[in-house]
Amino acid sequence: MSDKDLAIKVENVSKLFRIGFENATHDTFAETFLSFIKSPLQNYRNYRTLYRFDDMDFEKKQNTDNALWALRDISFTVERGKILGIIGINGAGKSTLLKILARITPPTTGRVEIRGRISSLLEVGTGFHPELTGRENVYLNATILGMRKKEVDEKFDGIVDFSGVEKFLDTPVKRYSSGMRVRLAFAVAAHLEPEILIVDEVLAVGDSAFQKKCINKMQDIGQLGATVMFVSHSMPAITRMCSRALLLEDGYVSKDGQTNEVVNAYLSAGLGTTPERVWDPASAPGDDVVRLRSVRVRSDNGKTLDFVDIRQAVAIDMEYEVLQGGSTLLPNFNIYNEDGTCLFSSLEQDASWKNVPRPAGVYRSTAWIPGNFLSEGTVYIEPAMMTPAPFRPHFLARDAAAFQVFDPGEGDSARGSWGGAMMGVVRPMLKWETQLLSQAVAVHG
Amino acid sequence: MNDNSNTIPVSVPVTVITPPQGWQLIDFKELKEYRDLFYFLVWRDIKVRYAQTILGFGWAILQPLIQIVIFTFIFGKVAQIPSDGIPYPLFSTVAIIPWTYMSTAMSTSSQSLVAGQAMLGKVYFPRLLFPVTPVLTHMVDFMISMVLVICVAVYYKVSLSWNIVFLPLFILMMMAVPLAVGLWLSSLSIRFRDVKFAMQFVIRMLMYSAPIVYSASSIPESYRLLYSLNPIVGVIEGFRAVLIGQDIPWQYIVPGMASTAVLLVMGALYFKRTERVVVDVI
Repeated sequence: MSDKDLAIKVENVSKLFRIGFENATHDTFAETFLSFIKSPLQNYRNYRTLYRFDDMDFEKKQNTDNALWALRDISFTVERGKILGIIGINGAGKSTLLKILARITPPTTGRVEIRGRISSLLEVGTGFHPELTGRENVYLNATILGMRKKEVDEKFDGIVDFSGVEKFLDTPVKRYSSGMRVRLAFAVAAHLEPEILIVDEVLAVGDSAFQKKCINKMQDIGQLGATVMFVSHSMPAITRMCSRALLLEDGYVSKDGQTNEVVNAYLSAGLGTTPERVWDPASAPGDDVVRLRSVRVRSDNGKTLDFVDIRQAVAIDMEYEVLQGGSTLLPNFNIYNEDGTCLFSSLEQDASWKNVPRPAGVYRSTAWIPGNFLSEGTVYIEPAMMTPAPFRPHFLARDAAAFQVFDPGEGDSARGSWGGAMMGVVRPMLKWETQLLSQAVAVHG
Repeated sequence: MNDNSNTIPVSVPVTVITPPQGWQLIDFKELKEYRDLFYFLVWRDIKVRYAQTILGFGWAILQPLIQIVIFTFIFGKVAQIPSDGIPYPLFSTVAIIPWTYMSTAMSTSSQSLVAGQAMLGKVYFPRLLFPVTPVLTHMVDFMISMVLVICVAVYYKVSLSWNIVFLPLFILMMMAVPLAVGLWLSSLSIRFRDVKFAMQFVIRMLMYSAPIVYSASSIPESYRLLYSLNPIVGVIEGFRAVLIGQDIPWQYIVPGMASTAVLLVMGALYFKRTERVVVDVI
């Protein structure tokens, strides 16, 4: 592959930061006083070390008490027109990598080559000033992101349309709601038309309708042939948008390849949870009889749910492929909370398949967990498959998927208007009935 | 699916990013690309400065006016400092207006990187825009306060001479001084917050280093060259001469021009050298 087809080429990039300074504690007053006098000199030395790294070993790249390698020997390439996802836990180095590519901070070692005009979206609404009106902030933000004034003039109406804040365009932004501000800022970013775009988790803002609008817009940008580097914690978004992904761990690239493989590496290492998980047929849990294909947490109308309202019923889809027909199979789920306690197990309850041998093919079994049943917190799903008699287990996928249960506190969940702690691993809304049996007679003294 | 049959342009801008090394020159081509942003940054600061105030740009006149009144009373009447035969109010007005510009621009410019650290960490544009923007935004205040100069000059029936043609030169020199100071101090400010505290004090002292409240002729002959190396001296003397219609005392001005040029060039080099690590050191 010639360099001409590469939009981004990263070679052996590393980044070293100074962190914290040890403050010696002193035992005597004399020591304390002396260190107070010496402190300007010490402070100056400390400041000098912030960007000088003569004391560090560049071969081994070990972290020390006051220096942290945020990135170590990162190398990868991105072809023009491809979308690359970058995943990793907080602190793995994703944002630092983006900052280096955006030229905000320089690498400590290594080299980056970027072919094309690069636009970076590390924050929504950079440069927004509360005293300026929406219209003025659009121009400011757009030019900060790299557009020319002429460009903004041409795209202005489109930007305003996308944001939906036309009515308030000439009021100072400080009077906007935070949602409006985000929509306006994103509208500007959405009209960037970049050749190369790097995006840092900025999609985690705004309501879900708007988020969908933004993801669609990003896909459009990809369709136009732009190269995109996309950092996110949302496995569904990464899987949907990226053909390739990088997993960063502790500053290293620990996996570079097809999105599904990398996402699975991330999830298998217990680094994150997702409400939707798809397995590569070659490495999917299962045996020669049946293999698990995917698990998904969704709502009534098919929407994948990261966060579930405690009052809401939740569907769990399990898709599996029966390779050898003729066995009776019993799909089941084990549900755990974040402490590892098993909340309950559930076996398939579909009468049409009970004790019926299943022909080969692809199946989807769905279980419904009723609303007002689960407790708040993270819920882990363990899909499993067995042949009941003679007993034979086929697969048990630990921590396959997870979702969060939250109570919006509107008063009609099991906790009602009680704001305090509630015990219990489940929180069913039981039927209660109270009757006044006999009224006490008031005694007047 | 992406259709890779798009023709790839023959000349694609290639950006190479490497660890910072050595001295670098200012990339003027890049600055030209960002001129729209520069315009909006200047315009933003101007618009925001007096937002939600009653007097608005009236402060650009009120602040120097109060200073002139107080100085005229204290230095002119009470201390009776000699002012080369020029009426003291006129003497101080033509000096205070450029000085107000220089001191406020110096102050804002040297804090520009610190004030903009939110943007510094989130988006890239030539960092040079930070110290340069205040040099332009404060010009608006300067031009408004020139009204004061005009009023005082008319009152004292000043007759201008042909050397008013040098006024743009002195205005340029007046802008170059805070720019040079801003280039040096803005990146220093990021690393050592002491700069902010030192500046408040130093600017007050600097006012006495130039012939604003006293006349330059009170400086002994042997110290004149050293004294004139201070570019502020040159700016004030130049303004005074040109706005009152007197001969321009070049001996006070030329050394200052030389030192400004040196400070500017070295300041720009220093700024470029440190601008890349600025984000790591905030």
